[in-house]
Amino acid sequence: MDTRDTSEQAELRRTARRLARELGPRSVADLDDGKRKKRLAEAVREAGWLELRQDGGDGAPLASGVEAALIAEALGEAVADVPFAGPVLAEDLARRAGTSAGDGAVVAFSPELTGAAVVSGSTTQTGLVAVDCAAEGPAAAYVLVPEGGGCRLAQVTLDAAGKGADLTRTLRALPAGAPLLPVPGQSRLLTQGDLDAWAALGLALTSADLVGLMRGVLDLTVGYAQERKQYGVPIGTFQAVQHLLAEARCLLEGAFSAALYPAWAVDALAPDEAQSAGRVAKAYGARAARTVCETAVQVYGGMGNTWDCIVHVYLRRALLSSRWFGDDGEQLRQLQRERLGVTDGLS
Amino acid sequence: MDFRDSPAEAEFRARLHAWIARHNPGLPVSSTDDEYWARQAEWHTALYDAGFFGLSWPRRFGGHELPAVFDVILDEELAAAGAPPRPSLGYLVQGIATHGSQAIQERFLPGLINGRERWCQGFSEPDAGSDLAALRTTARLDGDEYVIDGHKIWTSYSDVADWCFLLARTDPAAAKHKGLSAFAVPMHQPGIEQRPLRMINGITTEFGQLLFDGARVPAANMIGEPGEGWRVAMTIVGHEREPGELGYVARYSKMVSELEQAVRADPGAFASSQREAVAWAYVQAEMLRLHVRRRLSERLDRVDHGPGGSIDKLLMTWVEQAVGSAALAVAGPRAVTDAGDVGLKIYLYSRAQSVMGGTSQIQKNIIATRILGLPAA
Repeated sequence: MDTRDTSEQAELRRTARRLARELGPRSVADLDDGKRKKRLAEAVREAGWLELRQDGGDGAPLASGVEAALIAEALGEAVADVPFAGPVLAEDLARRAGTSAGDGAVVAFSPELTGAAVVSGSTTQTGLVAVDCAAEGPAAAYVLVPEGGGCRLAQVTLDAAGKGADLTRTLRALPAGAPLLPVPGQSRLLTQGDLDAWAALGLALTSADLVGLMRGVLDLTVGYAQERKQYGVPIGTFQAVQHLLAEARCLLEGAFSAALYPAWAVDALAPDEAQSAGRVAKAYGARAARTVCETAVQVYGGMGNTWDCIVHVYLRRALLSSRWFGDDGEQLRQLQRERLGVTDGLS
Repeated sequence: MDFRDSPAEAEFRARLHAWIARHNPGLPVSSTDDEYWARQAEWHTALYDAGFFGLSWPRRFGGHELPAVFDVILDEELAAAGAPPRPSLGYLVQGIATHGSQAIQERFLPGLINGRERWCQGFSEPDAGSDLAALRTTARLDGDEYVIDGHKIWTSYSDVADWCFLLARTDPAAAKHKGLSAFAVPMHQPGIEQRPLRMINGITTEFGQLLFDGARVPAANMIGEPGEGWRVAMTIVGHEREPGELGYVARYSKMVSELEQAVRADPGAFASSQREAVAWAYVQAEMLRLHVRRRLSERLDRVDHGPGGSIDKLLMTWVEQAVGSAALAVAGPRAVTDAGDVGLKIYLYSRAQSVMGGTSQIQKNIIATRILGLPAA
């Protein structure tokens, strides 16, 4: 048992953080800098990070959930406005179906964002949401089609641009009635185990993103508290402010410890165990990130409540990462089902 | 990163698992019952004699020189079996091992670790709580002995201890933090009076106070140099804040699984708010288990967490209090209609966690100034 990064993982963590810091937005105005954004997307693509969960030749992915999660954490820390978890999750799902995802493919989710959309018939029956996709241009979004005790993948085409609360990742709505198209090359049906393991990866990546967000926003906020003066001294001198930031740091450390486990478990434990590990990390991380981001807004004071102050970019991203694959309330409900034998009122 | 047991860890876990199945004394959770405290010594020696305590400590003092992660295996297996946690004394071992002379280490560590000699910790005083360095207990040199006068409080195990790890003022003229020294004081002598303290949940055998009136300790029992007491104390309180040192993961996991069993027996009888409190306590306890795995793994790099212990202490406090709240929630109206209700006792006891070992406010001061680098107030 050794939860430390291997030397390769430590190196990847350093590389990912450096790249995200260099090319991620430093200010709200940077979000409109199309050139920077394009360079970031190219760098992520060239690094090969979107293919981490492709088949490495033996059915296993090229890299484990740990590598994917530590990149997600680094991107979250810099509120990097580049698709990552979306395409990686599409690749993972495609690999489990025995194929590989097309360029820019993502997964379509049910409107509550808790899981991949399940569609029977030849068109979508309700509105769906593609998460963390390219901001524009045509792209495919996968849906699950029940078949013979399992599921196969089908795809719908994204066209309209969308706008969600998160200013760094794109959501695109799919209207009801969109036609299902085949996904070529599938060699097997997805089992419940496949879907649980895939959901575990989703929980691990969103939890890692939340850890990164907390780290990034806390660094900024501590820096601000050291510079911003009131009563002639930095506001970080006041215990009332210090204690908020100290609590935030503890929440970050706890969330980090909890989030490592599902990232490892995705490839190492049975799917249901990995998913449970993901639920713990997500329940803790979602509550922690909400508090930490709210603390940041508070410490930034009036500035923190303006559009031009970057802290709301973290808060908004935290809202999406929390909701995606189910927020803390959803995870606690599922844990009640799994651990307490509760069935009433749960889907 | 690998959360799996190595072959050696798996072998240890299997051996431990089998031993616990045969020797679990089935004590109540520590916080609710005097019986737990009464039989704690017995559990300590049983665990030690079977080779399952003092895992990471030096062999020459009775330890096993295993990597620190073996302690988390111990905690996990104790919790899974509903057995009592391991004795919480790693911080005293760290204090003696870090500051004690060779002679002090050889004299005291074996008995501390094997459970044949029991210890209490005499730090806090009625007027020196968070401001520990304000303590007024004095140790005055008289020949080759020190004579001790003063009043210590919040002294766990003071009723059964053979030795007191005492912090006293040896140089009244020196600055507040500089005039302190640490001692191993023999408890069985006429100059020491022990008075029990009754906790808010009614238990009487954990906490006490000590009145020193001309008690004597050989000068050779000083731990560290004269005036080194503050540094000794900081080593101890630093480790006292680490759940990996305390073994509390087992306590929390055990309490959570008992709450889960209560709900599972009749889920329909519990409101969703009660069940959610239990699920949240589970999330918190799991977080701490994983956090301890991480911290003990980091020790493989010989990382000394220093002020990081304050982070761990706050995390641990939130876990204990989430478990306490869940216990109160599950008890429902029983918690107010029955003064003996276990859920009520667990809840009430949990409030002490944000005070003992340094209040949450003190931990936040330490994190803010020494970890976040904010200016001291």
